[in-house]
Amino acid sequence: MIPELGHFCLAMAVAIACAQGVVGIAGPTLKDPRALAAAPVLTLLHFTAILLAFLALVWAGVVSDFTVENIADFSSSSTPLLYRITGIWGNHDGSILLWCLILSLCGTAVALGGRQLPASLRARVLGVLGLVSCGFLLFTLSVSNPFTRIWPPPLDGAGMNPILQDPGLAFHPPVLYTGYVGFSVAFAFAIAALIEGRIDAAWGRWVRPWALLSWCFLTAGITLGSWWSYYTLGWGGYWFWDPVENAALLPWLTGTALLHCSIVVEKRESLKAWTVLLAIATFSLSLSGTFLVRSGILNSVHSFAAAPDQGLFILVLLAITIGGSLLLFALRAPVLAGSGIYAPISRESALILNNIFLCAIAAVVFAGTLYPPFVDLLFGIQLSVGAPFFNQTVLPLAGPIILAMGVGPMLRWKRADLLPVLQRLWLAGAVAVLVFIILTATKHIIAALGLAGGAWVVCSALTDLAERTRLFRAPLGTALGRFFALPRAAIGATLGHIGFGVSVIGIAAMTLAVQKVVVLKPGQSTMLGGYAWTLRDIHDAPGPDYTQRVADVTVSDDGKAFMTLHPSRRFFTAQHVITSDAAIRTNGFQDIYVDFADEQDGGAELRLNRHPGAPEIWFGGLIMALGGVFSLSDRRLRVGAPFRKRLPGGAEA
Amino acid sequence: MSPLRRRLLFGVPLAVAVAGGGGFYTILRRMQTDDYDPHALPSPLIGNRPPAFTLPGVGGAPGFASADLLAPPKPMLVNWFASWCAPCQEEAPMLQSLAGQGITIWGIAYEDQPANLAAYLQKYGNPYARIATDQSGLTAINWGVYGVPETYFIDKSGIVRLRYAGALTDEVVKTRLMPLFRQYS
Repeated sequence: MIPELGHFCLAMAVAIACAQGVVGIAGPTLKDPRALAAAPVLTLLHFTAILLAFLALVWAGVVSDFTVENIADFSSSSTPLLYRITGIWGNHDGSILLWCLILSLCGTAVALGGRQLPASLRARVLGVLGLVSCGFLLFTLSVSNPFTRIWPPPLDGAGMNPILQDPGLAFHPPVLYTGYVGFSVAFAFAIAALIEGRIDAAWGRWVRPWALLSWCFLTAGITLGSWWSYYTLGWGGYWFWDPVENAALLPWLTGTALLHCSIVVEKRESLKAWTVLLAIATFSLSLSGTFLVRSGILNSVHSFAAAPDQGLFILVLLAITIGGSLLLFALRAPVLAGSGIYAPISRESALILNNIFLCAIAAVVFAGTLYPPFVDLLFGIQLSVGAPFFNQTVLPLAGPIILAMGVGPMLRWKRADLLPVLQRLWLAGAVAVLVFIILTATKHIIAALGLAGGAWVVCSALTDLAERTRLFRAPLGTALGRFFALPRAAIGATLGHIGFGVSVIGIAAMTLAVQKVVVLKPGQSTMLGGYAWTLRDIHDAPGPDYTQRVADVTVSDDGKAFMTLHPSRRFFTAQHVITSDAAIRTNGFQDIYVDFADEQDGGAELRLNRHPGAPEIWFGGLIMALGGVFSLSDRRLRVGAPFRKRLPGGAEA
Repeated sequence: MSPLRRRLLFGVPLAVAVAGGGGFYTILRRMQTDDYDPHALPSPLIGNRPPAFTLPGVGGAPGFASADLLAPPKPMLVNWFASWCAPCQEEAPMLQSLAGQGITIWGIAYEDQPANLAAYLQKYGNPYARIATDQSGLTAINWGVYGVPETYFIDKSGIVRLRYAGALTDEVVKTRLMPLFRQYS
């Protein structure tokens, strides 16, 4: 019964979303005040309907209702409760429903939080969101329905893929999806602006917090995903240039570019058409990323098997959404002219430089990802493009960004002088050169360059902060006072840059990682990376829906044991799958990573790793996301609280 | 910029999207008619000779070049590996046993340091009749190497007949490599 209610709510949601789209788009043109007022109400109803549908599916999962095909296929009675819930979005149909839920949540956020927007702009934004949602709800309902029943129901479900039974999966997809889908709001603002034919500083100010919020989620989502693959896949890699990863990286790159150039729109009313294009491109890439990966066109380790008929439906939806918005862009954007004038050396130019390089990286990644299927299609030549290509094309392009990141934030708007800025950055430059010289001793040029680049970014961001607060020039009290008086957006930007620098440091340091595979019998030791690694014991241990063999490995430095790790091999009885659960211990600057790969003749085959800098990769990502959140808190102060304050007497302000 | 050129310029994103969409549509159609499988991870080299390259060896030993692969006396394997790659270490015993059965294996070390490479060969054994080093990784790009280890079967006329990405397993050797050795010997 409950799944039918969910199914019904989903059908209701389609109708409401359609109404929201029509009312929102047509209302402002007809100048009908009832339509303008109806759009937010419909948005709330639309969200409620999808939420109920989603809860119905969660309910079916929690009570293990195996008459629902989706639950029978991906859950079992021995699956722990947490994974019965997270398993809902661990499969294709359920994840699309989550996607729709987040999209409608974004609409709700605009309806509730965007009260200071002009009513017509808000209605148009909600209308665009409604139409997009309507399309994807139709997709869910027609070819990817998570509520499909099966008869007769199986006695027990097939169970969840053991690799997905991980707390990382509980958070990675929802966070990542919120990032993807959040850009729908920036997209809707861009479309609404194209319909209205007007973009000004106010538009830039409205669209930026939404872009920033989704960027934070996307950054956190990618960071979580990378961390998850690092600790579950058991061989210490964190980025594989897999099409699914590229699909997340592309909107991140264009989204980062969007963040930077929307500042120019807001402050200087320039780069309008470009900003609109980036908003459209970012959401289009999010959409293509989420859905093309599922169509089976791109070759990926993320196996979301989907039938080609779903692929065709998706393609039609994408054609309407992306093609339609780009057509609108081609027709309307040429009239958007910028008004700001600036010199070649200025903050504006620095931001343009940032955009050029970010988009160049995006173009390279895009081309590398799509090249194989298209070359096969056009010329019948089959080839594959892997990590070697991406490493060699992306790293050189990242270099100029890293260099410019230090200088850009210190340039003034309109016209700036490069020399005084460079003089103020002498310390950061000196640190970077020093790091480089010290690390050339490791004979690892990439690591030396990367660490120097990371140090440069972090130091120059700190220099910028010190300059703004006049630290070391004014008394400490004054500097602190100036620090707290700084706009939070400035601190957020500095944090974002520091986070990026920290990630670069981590990635560079990881190239110095040492690893070895050994077979040890209990009591035997081996040396790696200056430590002695001893296998103490191998024993059995119970688990909820698996049995496991655990190895106790002690790591000692100079004869003093300082940590014991317990990597295990798990045997999932329902699926007959063996996974290895790597043990990772971190001290914040390096990871000790031991994977129990196999057991043979009473000995354990262990993969021992010492990963310097690995934690910094994810710390950096979190700092970046945090910087975004910090910057957001500033916006709210300036733009006005998202909820109107009630004046005494109950009247709304 | 003239108004017309400006208009055309603003149409470029649409044109790119339309071209992309058209391509995807065709691919999807072909997937439905089953003459196209994007998941096969095929190699552009199959049925061809490897692209031209000349790579140095390690520790004073000569490397080899594409010319050396033109006409091997008997079918052989070219194995891409690296000392930093865990699956390669797993694969090492399998390569040893293949070499023990008289199969010629040439190795190309991918983005590796000579010292690490020497230590690796010392530790895991050296099944390779000849070793070349691709420090820049450019030859790997030309070959379309997806990751290490990767193994290529080359027949007596120097033509690649199989590409296997990942560590060779008993299963792969039995069902895919051995039939090729029988066929092309």
